[in-house]
Amino acid sequence: MSTLTRSRLGRLSLSTSFLTAALVLVFLVLSASQPANAIPAFARKYGLRCSACHESWPMLNFFGQKFKDNGYQLMNDRDAPIWQNPGYWPITFRILPIWHRISTGKVPIDTYTAGNPVPTGTQVQRVTSSGFDLSGLDFHTGGTLEKNFSFYVLPSSDATASFHFETVMARLDNVFHTPWLNIKFGKFELDNLLSEKRVLTLTGNGGIYQLYHFIPTGDGNIFGQMGDNQLGLEVMGHSANDRTRYSAALLSSNDGTVGLSYGNGYTGFFTFSQAIDAGRAGVQRLGFYAMVGQAPTTWLTQGGQLFGGANGTGPAAIGNKSFSREGFVGQFYFGPHVDLTVVTQHGEDSAWFGQGYGDLIDGAAGLNNTTGTTLPVGAQNPTWNGVLFEPHYVYSPQLIFIGRYETIRMSQQANGAGYTGTGPTGIVGQSPSNLGNLSTYTIGYRYNPFMTSRAGFAWHNEYNWLHSDGTGPVTGTNINTSELLIGFDFDF
Amino acid sequence: MRTRLQRWSLLLGATAVLALPMSLWAQLTQYDVDARLNAESHVGNTTGHAKSAALPYRRFCVGCHGPLGDGNGENAPYMQPPIFQQPRDFQLGVFKCRSTPTGTLPTDQDLFDSITRGFDRSNMPQWNTLSKQERTDLVAWVKHFSPRWANEKPGTPIVIPPEPEVTADRIKAGRDVFARVQCWKCHGVQGMANGPSAATLTDDLGRPIAAFNFTDGSRPKCGDTDQDIYRIFMTGLDGTPMPSFADNIKPEEAWDLVFYLRTFMHQHSKEKVLAKQLGLKPVDPNAPAPTQ
Repeated sequence: MSTLTRSRLGRLSLSTSFLTAALVLVFLVLSASQPANAIPAFARKYGLRCSACHESWPMLNFFGQKFKDNGYQLMNDRDAPIWQNPGYWPITFRILPIWHRISTGKVPIDTYTAGNPVPTGTQVQRVTSSGFDLSGLDFHTGGTLEKNFSFYVLPSSDATASFHFETVMARLDNVFHTPWLNIKFGKFELDNLLSEKRVLTLTGNGGIYQLYHFIPTGDGNIFGQMGDNQLGLEVMGHSANDRTRYSAALLSSNDGTVGLSYGNGYTGFFTFSQAIDAGRAGVQRLGFYAMVGQAPTTWLTQGGQLFGGANGTGPAAIGNKSFSREGFVGQFYFGPHVDLTVVTQHGEDSAWFGQGYGDLIDGAAGLNNTTGTTLPVGAQNPTWNGVLFEPHYVYSPQLIFIGRYETIRMSQQANGAGYTGTGPTGIVGQSPSNLGNLSTYTIGYRYNPFMTSRAGFAWHNEYNWLHSDGTGPVTGTNINTSELLIGFDFDF
Repeated sequence: MRTRLQRWSLLLGATAVLALPMSLWAQLTQYDVDARLNAESHVGNTTGHAKSAALPYRRFCVGCHGPLGDGNGENAPYMQPPIFQQPRDFQLGVFKCRSTPTGTLPTDQDLFDSITRGFDRSNMPQWNTLSKQERTDLVAWVKHFSPRWANEKPGTPIVIPPEPEVTADRIKAGRDVFARVQCWKCHGVQGMANGPSAATLTDDLGRPIAAFNFTDGSRPKCGDTDQDIYRIFMTGLDGTPMPSFADNIKPEEAWDLVFYLRTFMHQHSKEKVLAKQLGLKPVDPNAPAPTQ
């Protein structure tokens, strides 16, 4: 072995040692964990650790769910603002500095000929981007105004600080001194047992539940997205220990958009669930939900332009058509470390939505169901079935491993037998039975090296892969998208 | 010079030797606690195991009660009496809410009920969302902190006779009991926690503590049924100035006192209606105490 080689090996060995030492140091720093404490705002008020209410922040456990169901109250004499700890200030902000890598297949990209700055054609190719980034910023503020009167306001921004109101609501709790009657008014998250607003994953595709936002390819119904906060009124109730829960909400069919921009449609959202004590396995919960509504497909115009709601002057949409989503939810615990949440869904949209009518304001299709419009031959209600599995392994309150698998399968396409037109992906005639089918996997872990009663902090790692059938924008073939995300998730 | 150095060396050595057992003692505390990890509890037909509660305790309880169960969790400094009550020190093995006579250990069911019910006027919430098994495991975990459980058995629960019918005579008799055993000294003549001794009350650890105010709508710490109230003054709240009156009040008188105390309470009750009909006046603290 030459001296030069030995020298290189020596440097390599030194580098390896240094790298090893650095990794060990990082591991030790991350491992030098303090016991988990509380989330900021409510924990400061009640002196509870965040792990008391959260399986892993921000996902609620049953105790946290009961606290929420009671209108952010523990139902003791400390609930009224007069008892608030001087350290309590009911505002929490949350933002994530991240590094992520996104790889999307079959993106239509312009092509050029040499020396010509004008695009001459289109081709599909995979686009991969990576780099350091930021999430949006959320300001959570909520709590009790008085015993049994509570509020929640959440101004939320995108990564460029463009704000909107994600949540604005007031609650009356324990009306007539019974936990079976609580009223919520404003813009709020639907009473989904598996809360998307408290999702443990953060990537573009993994950070939402596909089941809660699924829209068949070419469909114009944006109004059935259970994961979006909605405007309306909710009545909910629960037993004293929260084992039995129900809710019924009347919502405007506008997907939470303010300004009466989508007319006079209304949607109902209903849930019921029952938890049972299964001994050493823990508390198991089983429930169902149903979302049934109508939303407009016809838009009044004035001088050829949209009239009314879109301009903030009142409702101007008619021609309501129906849609529905329903399914079961199960939350199963297998001892203190392992749990599994299962959500199923059967969905159906009116054939009008299936043809692209519905969201004229934001929709790409821009179809208007004006007088005399008829459905094409072969048009039918699109229907689908989906299921979500989300297992967790809770090593400790500070370390949780997360997995999720979702799949959605179309059971009936909007363009059925006899359809002769051109479908949403350029296919002439009946749509393939698998058009728009989705499958997605997400794995990750969240590690809280420390949490204090003043703040929450998590080292978050996640990988998501999403596959959809036949939705390639040019070729009509399958698309695969993947994202890797590493970041610090913190709030104060 | 060398002699002085030798002296200093000897002094430092002796200090180190003397300090060694102290550090060992500190470690032994943890060791002792760990050695009792095989503690069990029995609630109904459910058996709890302390070891199984390690994770739930860390998740739900350690913030206030601390890793060693001594009430020194990281939130304890924010809970300053008398507005806030300090978290319970499980190592002492002294508990307020018992069905057993004063000075004795509570039953497993008592501890289970405390975890389930929580404590009004404290930071201890109701943990009734936990499974029965989890709560029973936590009872065993609470027990493993104190050596008392290794050396003593829980007391025998007191016998509560069946509750009689509420009558005006019983409420008046209860008023006499209230005056005779001088409940008013702490709780005030109208149950408003403003008796002449109220401002001076401290618990066994010398921390200020407030008497229960019957009129402000809060729930008694150890339960708000008639049986719970009966049990509270017949067993006392160990560790607090609230004594047991088992030697001073006969069982039938105890029910009279329960009925009278109900007349103070915020909730609508038959006792309040009867007291209003009677035109019942508060006890006179300057009047001679009624004879038994």
